[in-house]
Amino acid sequence: MAAELLRESFEIQGRNYDKAGEVSGEIKVMLRDLGIEAASLRRLVIVAFEAEMNVVMYARRGTMTLILTDEDVNLEVRDEGPGIPDIELAFREGYSTASDEMREMGFGFGMGLSNMKKNSDELTVESEVGKGTQVFAKIKLNSNA
Amino acid sequence: MKLAEIKEILQCEVLTGEEDLQIDIYQVVASDGMSEILAFAKSKELMITGLTNIQSIRTADIAGVSAVLYCRGKKPDKKVIEFAKQKRIPVLVTPMVMFDICGILYNKGLKGVS
Repeated sequence: MAAELLRESFEIQGRNYDKAGEVSGEIKVMLRDLGIEAASLRRLVIVAFEAEMNVVMYARRGTMTLILTDEDVNLEVRDEGPGIPDIELAFREGYSTASDEMREMGFGFGMGLSNMKKNSDELTVESEVGKGTQVFAKIKLNSNA
Repeated sequence: MKLAEIKEILQCEVLTGEEDLQIDIYQVVASDGMSEILAFAKSKELMITGLTNIQSIRTADIAGVSAVLYCRGKKPDKKVIEFAKQKRIPVLVTPMVMFDICGILYNKGLKGVS
């Protein structure tokens, strides 16, 4: 069983585009200062950033919890939002339900979830329409780090 | 290729990072879609985009690119430049359009990331 070294939760405000991405930026600095090796850190922050943007774009609010163990980094993202009716479809590259406003921000081109999958060692998305979405991601730390 | 050389070739104005123009650029990632930048950047590239909001610099920071180049003369707000300065990401702007920029840099030997 992996030993938990750090657990911290961050609030994400829905629709606040000015602050969108701040949590992921903070997580990046925090983990870099802890000496997490660059490749794992990079994958983790991409997953965090895409997840954060999804919460900002679609949900009213959300929480991102970072759990660092001696073997991996885990992200748990829970939001209060519209939910995803068809998760398999949402993962298809190019599929998007984004509004013009989201696209003007440079997001909503149907690559977010696939980017998250590509950069995670494990990724689970659970969703209930009308209630919200939960994302669990695990990124293994390089054993030679 | 040095960033300083790119600055000259593309007639750029440096918005921040004048002190970092001697960094080497080996590859380029160009898009207005931030997820595309995140999907293809492998770190240390030049990022070319027409998107000048705060998300462009956040994406640059998350993706780990070396410098940001805005095309068609679009300049971001002061707070965006300030944020890039804080993250120590050089930001340049050129009057040229994306297609021309990419063509010129490709001819000079730079390649895209795929």
